Amino acid sequence: MGGHARRTPLYEEHVALGARMVDFAGWEMPVQYSGIIEEHMAVRSTAGIFDVSHMGEFRVFGFEAKAALQHIFTNDLDRIDGLGTALYTVMCDEDGGIIDDLIVYHTGELEYLIVVNAANRETDWAWITGHLPETVEAVDESDRTALIAVQGPEALRIVGELAGGSWTPPARFAVVEAALGSIPVLLARTGYTGEDGVEVFCHESQAATVWRLLLSFPEVVPCGLGARDTLRLEMGYPLYGSDMDRETDPIVAGLGWVVPKVKTGFIGAEAIARVREVGPTRKLVGITVSEGVPRHGYPVLHGGVEVGKVASGTFSPTLGHGIATAYVPVGLAAPDTGLEIGIRRKVVPAVVTRPPFVKTTSLTAQGS
Amino acid sequence: MYPKDLKYDREHEWVRLDGDIATIGISDFAQDQLGEVVYVDLPSVGDAVSTGDSFGEVESVKSVSELFSPLSGEVIEVNSALDDAPEAVNDDCYGDGWMIRVKVDNLSEVDALMDADDYEAFLAEEA
Repeated sequence: MGGHARRTPLYEEHVALGARMVDFAGWEMPVQYSGIIEEHMAVRSTAGIFDVSHMGEFRVFGFEAKAALQHIFTNDLDRIDGLGTALYTVMCDEDGGIIDDLIVYHTGELEYLIVVNAANRETDWAWITGHLPETVEAVDESDRTALIAVQGPEALRIVGELAGGSWTPPARFAVVEAALGSIPVLLARTGYTGEDGVEVFCHESQAATVWRLLLSFPEVVPCGLGARDTLRLEMGYPLYGSDMDRETDPIVAGLGWVVPKVKTGFIGAEAIARVREVGPTRKLVGITVSEGVPRHGYPVLHGGVEVGKVASGTFSPTLGHGIATAYVPVGLAAPDTGLEIGIRRKVVPAVVTRPPFVKTTSLTAQGS
Repeated sequence: MYPKDLKYDREHEWVRLDGDIATIGISDFAQDQLGEVVYVDLPSVGDAVSTGDSFGEVESVKSVSELFSPLSGEVIEVNSALDDAPEAVNDDCYGDGWMIRVKVDNLSEVDALMDADDYEAFLAEEA
């Protein structure tokens, strides 16, 4: 990625907080402030905030908006007929290759808000607008939209105190208008950590004010992309570019649940139906190791023979050992299957483990 | 941050010399760059280490780094406490976070290492 790195409206805040900045998909982003493990544990125990303003936001509206997006997305928008509800989905090319995974929010009458990965923003915009009929309008809101994730067992209480008075949190995967202080925001009860919480959308000019309001609570810890990655992997949430890409289809990626079997007529439907019929030859599985840290690209072995590569890998701060995902032959995908991972000079034993790796969080505690 | 009684190399290890016994660890700069250390892989007692060669690895959540020996000699002790408490490398890099003790082959090698002032100047140059 050439050219200079882009900065979110919170760049100055990160630098002032002493964050270590790294390049991520062409963005200068905080990877950590106090330390990845410390930030990770804060989200699991109290609350953390993440600047995810680098993500893309597209607004799509018009009488044919739903029909057009039904054609582009694999998941079924009938599931979010109610205003203020959200849906996780992927969009695929004609061969079933995953272009991106995203969340689509039904934000208004005849209107949807789509939140996409930063690395895919341009590709996604071209793909979506290239498949919209003339009757449907799309606006790229990314540059003027800031996004702050507030995650952890205390997140809703904190946001509630800022929203004031009679505010009640939206349901899981719902989105509502609110005011934090006096700043108009959209609050979505979504996240990428496995903890309860919200993601706060606001105008980029207000981002620093919202960020500081949240940090005015002493229990709120600023968190970087490092903790975001360890938190999401503990839950087994896939990451585009590591766990899936244009070469993988939703079935092999374990995302069959976002491709309803009864849905037809969307891009990639025939290719995905064929994979379903024949059955995938590989599968994305969770893996745990007792020593070392598995990382992206490390070989996965069975009886000393390479059978795949680590897709995502990290050290789990909650569990205190290495965790990973990998594509392996379906015959080796059953939980408790013994494998090995080549961690540089060593080959360490590994066990197929059904995600989530961390079973109990503030989300599971409420049974959602 | 960089004790005056220690010597340093360009790979950010430190050396504390006591007779011909060198205690070796990584500098405050190195531990800060790594972030929270989760594994330390060290050689065994009796292994030979050579100047500039890898004697182990130190791993954080985000990255892994080779440890390079600042001196040649024989490993006479390893800090096995780091197996259970690798965070000592962050919390006390010049104390409890030490890594190996080496019986040095050739003490004149120490002259090639930097003192604290030189090391700080080296860090300023690198930055």
